[in-house]
Amino acid sequence: MTDEQHVDPVIEADLPTGAGSAGEPPPPAAAAPPSRLATAVRGLLVPVLAVLSALVIGAIIIVLSDLTFFERLSADPGGALGDALGSVWSAYGALISGALGSPGAYVEAFASGDSDQIISAFNPISETLLAATPLIFTGLAVALGFQCGLFNIGAEGQLYVGAVAATFVGFAVTGLPWFIHLPLAVAAGFAGGAIWGFVPGILKAKTGAHEVIVTIMLNYTAYRFVEFILKLPGYQREGRSDPISKVTEASSWYPPLIEGLRANWGFFLGLAAVFAVSWLLFRSTKGFEFRAVGFNPSAARYAGMSIAGSTILAMMISGGLAGLAGTGIVLGITRSLTSGVSAGLGFDGIAIALMARARPRGIIFAALLFGALRAGATPMQSATGIPIDLVVVVQALVIMFVAAPALVRGIYRIRVPEATGTEVFSKGWGS
Amino acid sequence: MRLELRGITKRFPGVIANQDVDLVVEPGEIHALLGENGAGKTTLMNVLYGLYQPDEGEIRIDDRVVMFHDPGQAIAAGIGMVHQHFMLVPVFTVTENVMLGVESVRGPLGQLDRPTARKRIIEISERHNLKIDPDATVEDLPVGVRQRVEIIKTLYRRSDLLVLDEPTAVLTPQEDEELFEIMRSLKAGGTSIVFITHKLNEVLEIADRITVLRRGRVVGSTTPAEATRESLASMMVGRPVELVVEKTPAHPGAPVLEVHGLVVRDDRGHVAVDGLDLQVRAGEIVVIAGVQGNGQTELVDAITGLRHPVAGTIRIGGATVRPEPRPIFEAGVAHVPEDRLEDGCVPGFTIVDNLVLNTYYRAPFSRGIRLDREAIERSATELVANFDIRTPSMFVDIGDLSGGNQQKVIVAREFSRPVRLLVAAQPTRGLDVGSVEYIHRRIVAKRDEGAAILIVSTELDEVLALADRIAVMYQGRIVDIVEPERATPQLLGMLMGGSLPLESAAAASVSPAAPGDPGT
Repeated sequence: MTDEQHVDPVIEADLPTGAGSAGEPPPPAAAAPPSRLATAVRGLLVPVLAVLSALVIGAIIIVLSDLTFFERLSADPGGALGDALGSVWSAYGALISGALGSPGAYVEAFASGDSDQIISAFNPISETLLAATPLIFTGLAVALGFQCGLFNIGAEGQLYVGAVAATFVGFAVTGLPWFIHLPLAVAAGFAGGAIWGFVPGILKAKTGAHEVIVTIMLNYTAYRFVEFILKLPGYQREGRSDPISKVTEASSWYPPLIEGLRANWGFFLGLAAVFAVSWLLFRSTKGFEFRAVGFNPSAARYAGMSIAGSTILAMMISGGLAGLAGTGIVLGITRSLTSGVSAGLGFDGIAIALMARARPRGIIFAALLFGALRAGATPMQSATGIPIDLVVVVQALVIMFVAAPALVRGIYRIRVPEATGTEVFSKGWGS
Repeated sequence: MRLELRGITKRFPGVIANQDVDLVVEPGEIHALLGENGAGKTTLMNVLYGLYQPDEGEIRIDDRVVMFHDPGQAIAAGIGMVHQHFMLVPVFTVTENVMLGVESVRGPLGQLDRPTARKRIIEISERHNLKIDPDATVEDLPVGVRQRVEIIKTLYRRSDLLVLDEPTAVLTPQEDEELFEIMRSLKAGGTSIVFITHKLNEVLEIADRITVLRRGRVVGSTTPAEATRESLASMMVGRPVELVVEKTPAHPGAPVLEVHGLVVRDDRGHVAVDGLDLQVRAGEIVVIAGVQGNGQTELVDAITGLRHPVAGTIRIGGATVRPEPRPIFEAGVAHVPEDRLEDGCVPGFTIVDNLVLNTYYRAPFSRGIRLDREAIERSATELVANFDIRTPSMFVDIGDLSGGNQQKVIVAREFSRPVRLLVAAQPTRGLDVGSVEYIHRRIVAKRDEGAAILIVSTELDEVLALADRIAVMYQGRIVDIVEPERATPQLLGMLMGGSLPLESAAAASVSPAAPGDPGT
């Protein structure tokens, strides 16, 4: 009896009827409300397995790209395999110690008690944080767009325009204390990106022009715009003929976390942005509108929300966040602007947003992972001779596996965890 | 074909969809499978059609045990299925759609053999009076005819047993009748039919045997001769059900909604509402009856601010309101939209969030731009209990609820605030009797609180059950206003079809709006 009472409400609530055939959701929606922990673990499963699979395939590539492996395979199969595993081990070892530091170095540094040595032991982690920082911003930019049903492919262009604005404030404004100058430059960077996001936003809202097309085109526009600006007298550095900006004032730079390391307070600005975006999306009326418009624009209109307003505002905030990525690079690392500062960070943002399933807090982990891969790649190459490109391959594989959760579930025989697995991602195409 | 299902059990994690179901369909029998949404009808038919494998039990055809691992095997065994949502390629002709999957070819290059297929389609169509043009493109055909294409598809594959999944859900009353004629003709030719529905009248009209499912089990089997609407309803729901809610005579007050000379265009730019006048007073229920597509949708859109009228005025509570959803909502208008998944709620949002979909920006649910989650959840807890929304948790995605429960969420949201005018389009479409009863009761209660209520319905039962006045809409105009006492299905059917009986034509020309209306 108790058993039956337990089952009844479920049957009432979500009895599966004919998967696929009638276009209804596939069978078992959660029978009981899953605990938050269980949901979180399930959410992590696919990304974690995606990384694992990518590393395994990366290992196979390491082995196969070693020509001596094949030569030795027939003569001495055992030795060949042993060496192959050894080279995988040393490559990934170098990658990890390049990203996180090696235990030996830490022990030695602390034992010596020399503060310079301790600081340099932390250098790998510093490099990881440094590489992760712009990825947090571009990832957030794309994720915010996804939540509002927008596919912002233009983070790259918005990043550059933000960098142009921040750099200008960085070198043109002088004589201010850092606590005024830095925030001013950061605000300019946000504004620059926001303007570049406003254009596709208003075009979509007023004319229906698809943001994917417009943002792609605006990326090219931004590249050329940067090259043009960098040649302008007054922006270009005196005495240089190549496109490079003036050096920004030291008062506009992000202070380092620890003197002697490159990691700076931009990372914490990134964390603050994650929590701000999370609050905006899930705790504010604006975010409620963004998500309603993203999930179902016609219901949003029925409920009296402004679809045009939400689209424009979301694109502006998204662009602004991407602009902060460019700001962080200029004011935190390069100190001046060149046309090569991004090198695809805006596009990596798409991968990071996908991997985090557009959840702000997931962005932190995804960005740290990609940051670690980037930071560890160079030490790996110098230690083992395995080219940096392996890391690009691993990144691409991670993205591929994350973008195709069904593939990962198939490989590891995971049962479909929930009926609404594919939630957010923009309805963009064709609507 | 004689079909026998024995002891079919189908489990999904956490749910038993079918438990020990027995069903026998004799050759040439129309067997109605009756049950509420979520009773397991469709699951059972998907088991039969090879889309699911049963966990226990067996399927016998002509006393031979069969196993279907995919629909192809079921089709080969002579089972045909017409799904609720049609599986047709809109840009193909009828012939091409029918051939799809069983194309016959001729010549050395394997050309499609359209002429032969076309000939067989004409044969089938003539034998069962299906009236179909094999060369028409499917996208140009009305819904009722598309359904016939689906039926021809099954007959073309030589099905002896036809499963019709809620075939009348998408049809007008006239099309219903045509479908029943076809079903009788098929039956006379020896085809067995399983007819899935939750509409009681249809079952009593057409079925030879009736099997009722509730919560995955067979709760009874009967015949139309032995059954009544009431007995079937209580079998389905498991308790006595009022098919027509009790209501006292209306005591109408001042006009709340006044529409004059309204002209509205549809999405394609055609005039859909054509100089319409209408008045709804406080404390009365006006039902707009009519065949789908006579401008009802555009009328409701205009009243609720979703579509801008070309001409005419709409006054709410005596004032003209800016024609946008939010100002109209703030003037005290509640709207239960026609398409609940498209407009009424946001699938992907939780029940909690859907309950504040249009009130989220006001006190007590927000302060400034900060949402007050506590207040929102407190109110949701109350509404889920008060409106009997059946769900394991209020944090469930609304898209995972049954249609009836989704509608209850929308009704809870729209009914839970002070409302002067309630506009509800097809408020019970696709819902089972239990939910229909519940929602009708709520609407009447809202009227008794003094709200003006405008319902749009294409279901005559609903029109007659709810209305204090019936406004019949035809080609964008109100052709007549009928008191429910003198409204017979025949009279309404004629008016809905556009023919004006003489005496009411005279009455309509004298007073197109409410009787006793001083202004017009």
